[in-house]
Amino acid sequence: MIDDTTVRHVARLARLRLDDAEEQVMREELSGILEHIDAIRAMDLDGVPPTTHVIELENVLRADEPRPGLSQEDALREARAVVDGSFEVPRMD
Amino acid sequence: MSDLEPVIGVEIHVQLSTRTKMFCGCAPSFGDAPNTHTCPVCLAHPGVLPVVNGEAVRRALIIGLALGCEIAPRSIFHRKNYFYPDLPKAYQISQFDIPICGRGEFTAIREDGSELKVGITRAHLEEDAAKLTHGGGRRAGADGSVVDFNRGGTPLVEIVTEPDLRSAADTAIFLRQLRQTLLFLGVSDCSMEEGSMRADANVSVRPVGSQTLGVKTELKNMNSFRFLERGVEAEIARQREIIASGGHVQQETVHYEPDTGHITSLRSKEESHDYRYFPEPDLVPVAPDPAWVEQLRTEQPELPIPLRRRLVDEMGLTQEDAEVITGSPELVAYFMEAAGLADPKSCANWIRGELRAQLRELGQEPWESNVTPAHVAALVGLLAEGTVSVPAAKEVLAGVIETGDDPATVVEARGLGQMDAGDLSAIIAEIVNANPDQAQQLRDGKDKVMGFFVGQTMKRTGGRAEPQAVQALVRAAVLGE
Amino acid sequence: MGLRDLTATEQIAELAAGRVSSLELVDAHLDAIARDDVEAFLAVDAEGARARAREIDALPERPPLGGIPLGVKDALSTRDIVTTSGSKMLEGFRPVYTATCVARLEQAGAVVVGKTNMDEFAMGSSTENSAYKNTLNPWDHDRVPGGSSGGSAAAVSAREVPWSLGSDTGGSIRQPAALCGIVGMKPTYGAISRYGLIAFASSLDQVGPFARTVADAALLLKHMVGRDPMDSTSLEWPAPIDVPMATDLAGLRIGVVEELMGEGIDPGVKAAVEVALVKAEALGATIVPVNLPTALSGLATYYVLAPAECSANLSRFDGIRYGPSAEADNLLDQYEVTRGRLFGPEVKRRIMLGTFALASGYYDQYYGRAQRVRTLIVREFAQAFEGVDVLASPTSPTVAFPIGDRTADPYAMYLADVCTIPASLAGLPAISIPCGLSDGLPVGLQLAGPAFSENRLLDTAHALEQVIAFDTRPPGLAT
Repeated sequence: MIDDTTVRHVARLARLRLDDAEEQVMREELSGILEHIDAIRAMDLDGVPPTTHVIELENVLRADEPRPGLSQEDALREARAVVDGSFEVPRMD
Repeated sequence: MSDLEPVIGVEIHVQLSTRTKMFCGCAPSFGDAPNTHTCPVCLAHPGVLPVVNGEAVRRALIIGLALGCEIAPRSIFHRKNYFYPDLPKAYQISQFDIPICGRGEFTAIREDGSELKVGITRAHLEEDAAKLTHGGGRRAGADGSVVDFNRGGTPLVEIVTEPDLRSAADTAIFLRQLRQTLLFLGVSDCSMEEGSMRADANVSVRPVGSQTLGVKTELKNMNSFRFLERGVEAEIARQREIIASGGHVQQETVHYEPDTGHITSLRSKEESHDYRYFPEPDLVPVAPDPAWVEQLRTEQPELPIPLRRRLVDEMGLTQEDAEVITGSPELVAYFMEAAGLADPKSCANWIRGELRAQLRELGQEPWESNVTPAHVAALVGLLAEGTVSVPAAKEVLAGVIETGDDPATVVEARGLGQMDAGDLSAIIAEIVNANPDQAQQLRDGKDKVMGFFVGQTMKRTGGRAEPQAVQALVRAAVLGE
Repeated sequence: MGLRDLTATEQIAELAAGRVSSLELVDAHLDAIARDDVEAFLAVDAEGARARAREIDALPERPPLGGIPLGVKDALSTRDIVTTSGSKMLEGFRPVYTATCVARLEQAGAVVVGKTNMDEFAMGSSTENSAYKNTLNPWDHDRVPGGSSGGSAAAVSAREVPWSLGSDTGGSIRQPAALCGIVGMKPTYGAISRYGLIAFASSLDQVGPFARTVADAALLLKHMVGRDPMDSTSLEWPAPIDVPMATDLAGLRIGVVEELMGEGIDPGVKAAVEVALVKAEALGATIVPVNLPTALSGLATYYVLAPAECSANLSRFDGIRYGPSAEADNLLDQYEVTRGRLFGPEVKRRIMLGTFALASGYYDQYYGRAQRVRTLIVREFAQAFEGVDVLASPTSPTVAFPIGDRTADPYAMYLADVCTIPASLAGLPAISIPCGLSDGLPVGLQLAGPAFSENRLLDTAHALEQVIAFDTRPPGLAT
């Protein structure tokens, strides 16, 4: 159904650190859910187009006019780590 | 291994110089204090939604039309998912299977006048990342990084070409002329140095005659055409060497080090990318009204490549003249105005030669200087009617640059008019008489010594003589011709 | 009868008549919220609410909503009022802006008193996935109020507010309304701006009202619908929402969705719905059976599409620009540890499911197919509405279940939304009204209509509400 390697790969893609126990539970639960979801893989969908939007809007465009934004103080106020007006992040490696 | 040919395609990111960002009303900023041009949308606060900048769509269409692209009747946006601190939503809103501009073709012209046709795969709209500066963090020592969202979300058009290029030189020609075209369209500043135009090259080699593509590498983000050309050259050489020694090229991203000329691999330990593209549910399709597209097509300015042809074929300029003159829309306008008043070829010579040379020292462009196109035309006129000599004309030009006065006024004020032919003959006779050895050399057929007489004459006349006239008079005096 | 027993419409009338002030009304509700017997609220802005009430009381003319209190689901951004979406990921987060729908209601004279509890990031059907606390069903404190907007539903049911806002992605307004014995409505997709609604699944999310009467729900809806330049998917609303007045259903064709009246539906629930349909017939409606063959595949479809969208929507939570953050000395840890620790189990499950469904090699089998099943569901609804005006079904297959009953089995929890998901996938308006009791617990009747048929749905629900005459007051509710 879904194996440990897949669970680890998906967790990495989603940037979720799971411990071994969580990984195990996740594998079982996802497998269980996918068993139900697999119903749609058996359906005959030949010639059926996908639906991305249920509304039929097109061309919702904005005029190129600047609007007032946030002050630097407001932009940064919820951040945990700020250096000289910038958001700080740990090293990249 | 001369039987291997390089195959090159490029991806170009062009920042559109719109007033606001791609999906919010912030003005993109490049020099201000960090995080002073942001809003909840471009900071990806919880609950915010993107709204497409109509002007960015217009500019994407203008680019697509200039590249001869098919305009999609209905294009959509996708989310491209990956985590990085300069991408606050952790997905970039981009286009995937239905870009706004589809297939097209761009024709560049090589120096020898031959055509360089490059297929355009697509041109699509997306948003730029924020500015991430490595180092400068406090929490994690000097290794930490800091993020400034002032430019995050700037509209980008990504242009992707077919693998139609066969040399580093062609790649550079294509990119230079593409840039020129974009500048004429007025859609972007196209500064490689400032990153408003960025080019990546996909490089591979294959046996000549082969129809399949070799394994390609992606040469990333070079900030000048010169480095790009050298980088592509170096990468081609590296791949040839690998294959010559029986190895295989690895698909990877590589970087060119301008200082050493070496190619280095960028990321190898990173896991393979899986961007999980899916249609952006927060945006609706862009379906440009065909009448609008038609209008944009008719409003398109004359582009540099056809213009260049016209300058050569109809106005008598050389390829080289034409390339220089079409360097910027401002220069074209400047030249065209002058060429309407005097001989186009002479105007081109003066503008691309002496005028730009003198202004370079001042750090000015012709259209920013005291010299108007009418001044250039007047100067060309003075030369044509023999009022001033070429050396004097250069001085006149310096005077116009300095004062902004009419060339005729400068000639008058500085006494730079051509000398009377009788006076000039007298001076030359004196010089010939005073230098019998040199005169004998000339009689012996040693033409090199003519330079000496011209130089002496110029010194005596303060440059107010036409060198060709001086030569004729010297010959007359010495040889009796 | 106390002030809190008045409906919103009645409270506005009292204000208009000058018999009560906004401050008195707000204070009366704040007192109840201070006790919060059902644990409905996560944050209370007593000071702000009182200040706003005083301001409104001082106005020369009362705004249309008079100055009566409003509860707001914690999924909606409210400037300076802590907004967590039920998650530790946003613990203590004070937004810098207010959601459009909330701003519109404030403009119309609503006074926000606080933020209501919810399943974390709106993922759940019982509010047990809140990272903070369980909300209790006012009808039975051992049972769940439904979810994900359980706090908003319980607060209205327990009369801590006359009305409130929820959000509905697969049933998150209608199902808790049903379980708490009140009215809840999800309008047509695009009716109400989503700007400021912390996204779960963008192509499905809609804001909507909770109230104790259909007329109140209509009034709240009326002040929220319409195009918002900040939401590209918001619609120009064709005609104003009317306060419903209908007293009969003459000529109305009601289709009963057979697939949602069979296996899996509690007999007591089914019976209450059938009784309501008999009453509808008595009001002049024609009742016909209707089939939506793909409706039951809606659940599987939804559990591909919604997680896929949520996996991207929740990627922005990384502890860099806002929210708590794990101490990490490299970037990967910053992301993985922050997200691994601060998201709850259900959120992680859905992010994993959605990431999987979009991943290379699986996209076509899962996401791609789900989008196509969605097309079938949209078509089946369109076909059904050629023959009927309104579709009826139970809102929830069961009445409120005991706290803890389904937390061990994710899929059992997902089944709670089997009746509400189809209309969500088709973007259609649907309303749940209480239609009776089963084992002493409320049963919800769901009515769904074609896009933009809000006025007819509200009229139908209102007419039925009058003859059903459900007493929304939970037994034993303290006064």
